[in-house]
Amino acid sequence: MKLVLAHQCEIIYEISNTNEMEPIKSFKGKTIHLPNTDVDTDQIIPARYLKVTDKKGLGDVVFYDWRYDAAGNPNPEFLLNKPHAAGATILVAGHNFGCGSSREHAPWALQGFGFQAIVSTQFADIFRNNSLKNGLLPIVVDKATHEQLLDLAVEDPDLQLEVDLETQTLTLPDGRRVEFPIDSFSKECLLNGVDELGYLMRQRDVIEEYERANGK
Amino acid sequence: MNGTPKTLFEKIWDAHVVSQNEGAPAILYIDLQLVHEVTSPQAFTELRNRGIKVRRPDRTVATVDHSIPTYARSLPIQDALAAKQLDIMYANARDFDIRIYDRMSDKQGIVHVIGPELGLTQPGMTIVCGDSHTSTHGAFGTLAFGIGTSEAAMVLATQTLLQRKPKTMNVRVDGTLANGVTAKDIILALIAKIGVDGGTGHAVEYSGSAIRAQTMEGRMTICNMSIEGGARAGMIAPDETTFNYVAGREFAPKGAEWDAAVARWKQLPTDDDAHYDAVVELDANALEPMITYGNNPGMGIPITARVPDPDALGDVHQKAALQKALQYMDLQPGKSLLGHPVNVVFIGSCTNSRIGDLRLAANVMKGKRVAENVRVMVVPGSQQVKRQAEQEGLDKIFREAGAEWREAGCSMCIAMNGDQLAPGEYSVSTSNRNFEGRQGKGGRTFLASPLTAAATAVTGVVTDPRSVLS
Ligand code: SF4
Repeated sequence: MKLVLAHQCEIIYEISNTNEMEPIKSFKGKTIHLPNTDVDTDQIIPARYLKVTDKKGLGDVVFYDWRYDAAGNPNPEFLLNKPHAAGATILVAGHNFGCGSSREHAPWALQGFGFQAIVSTQFADIFRNNSLKNGLLPIVVDKATHEQLLDLAVEDPDLQLEVDLETQTLTLPDGRRVEFPIDSFSKECLLNGVDELGYLMRQRDVIEEYERANGK
Repeated sequence: MNGTPKTLFEKIWDAHVVSQNEGAPAILYIDLQLVHEVTSPQAFTELRNRGIKVRRPDRTVATVDHSIPTYARSLPIQDALAAKQLDIMYANARDFDIRIYDRMSDKQGIVHVIGPELGLTQPGMTIVCGDSHTSTHGAFGTLAFGIGTSEAAMVLATQTLLQRKPKTMNVRVDGTLANGVTAKDIILALIAKIGVDGGTGHAVEYSGSAIRAQTMEGRMTICNMSIEGGARAGMIAPDETTFNYVAGREFAPKGAEWDAAVARWKQLPTDDDAHYDAVVELDANALEPMITYGNNPGMGIPITARVPDPDALGDVHQKAALQKALQYMDLQPGKSLLGHPVNVVFIGSCTNSRIGDLRLAANVMKGKRVAENVRVMVVPGSQQVKRQAEQEGLDKIFREAGAEWREAGCSMCIAMNGDQLAPGEYSVSTSNRNFEGRQGKGGRTFLASPLTAAATAVTGVVTDPRSVLS
């Protein structure tokens, strides 16, 4: 595969691999909401599930301790156990989502459940990076929009939002469009399914030159 | 080095930018990657799938800490998954030619304890690890931050990362700490002030007389918890305290190289008039021992204060978060935590498991007995710390008091290895996270300093350490 990054025309990305990301362009999906602020990655996936050595199957344990009681029975009050959560692909989450531990198992688990995008007013830095690297789209909106989305999700259990990465817009059911920020590099990578490791591998000459020049 | 005045962060950042293309993040050179068993397996798999070697095994060091048991090393590992994870770590280290301090090594320990202890951590470096408390190493004037597993694979493969430059924040702590108040209380007070998202998007530099007065261990405690305030990196400019700590350690430069290194390191501190994007001030004179009451490290109060009332909060989401936390912790607003019974005291973790921490705790517990029905675990941060403590007789003090003296590891900080709270139990813990279930499903954590933990160990209830210090 050969791809030219729009913002970096001089760099040609060429790598064949099996772990390449699926390109993301636009999608429409059922949207559910978890308004809790400061949801940490220990909640998203408790540490005892980090003994795995691959990425698969983590959707079953996402939010495990909120989702199941001590005996392992589903907690009917918790969002992901409600009937309308089935098939959801967009999560409207509270402020500062994904704080705490750097575990990339958090986005793997969210994706395992089926989420393709998380909407919040702010994401923790490491979680946001980890999400972008896996094609889980972190969408930042302002507080007013966020409140509105939370209200909409309460009113309509079948809320559908539309995400368009190319135009960086979120379309609400009433047709209102909200723009969201994303840096141009991540956007190009997501749109084209380019993975950063492949990109960095192509930089070997520059890296070697840096090492020589700096005695590394 | 004339021109625009630079901060410590900017000097290290600029020196490590390999290239910076318009519109793209910088390619940042990483001097050292630390690796542990829990966040690395999928990174090595990625390399294998693509047929890539580790570019610089000499800049990569591994250990095992998160999921290993802290009972005697001679006993086999009972948890099959944990055992498998260790085996995979060992196989990866062998196949990719990486130095590893394994479970039987006398230099094994928590990754953020052994890096500095071995002299691997040196001023001016960039250091990453698949662990958010990598910020610990910033105490030496390094740019150190936690990364995910995909990023770990990138560093293994290329010794670089794609990074956007964070903003800078200066946290100034001036004044003198009162007796009974420690580095842990500084950082808990800061996080209570700025919140768990206060440092998001920033690299924090701690400065001021109260920071300068800290030992390297105290500085590590402070930088360690930067991430709990949302900042990926926390750093402190190197000075004589730093150089004295690094000098003579196994991987520290020696002879003429040492002199040259120190001369370079002396150029690192922030220039006068350098600009920070944000400044926060904290008055060390006013600090008391701190303790957390809720389920994030920002939910902290001076130990003599009362648990806050959700009704006093304006923001509905914050109010809901506090209500949820008090419900989980089964605490009443308006009440003091002093005198609250605990089931477990945990002294350990990359925040507070170094020799200085153990000395503080031992000093309080010397000649006393731990309270009845309280389990007290003392878990040294590394096997070297353990030996040092044993040479000083600290293990005896703990044992005679009725505390457990364990082998090195993360232990009950993350409760992956069987060391954990039962549902509903309370702990005072010197670790860094009081998240729901962090120390075991349903467990309830009060974060505090080693002094407060030790004082609580002997009374069995949350205790102000000043009441037991002469
Ligand atoms: S001691 Fe705790 S916080 Fe530190 S590295 Fe281990 S698990 Fe992480």
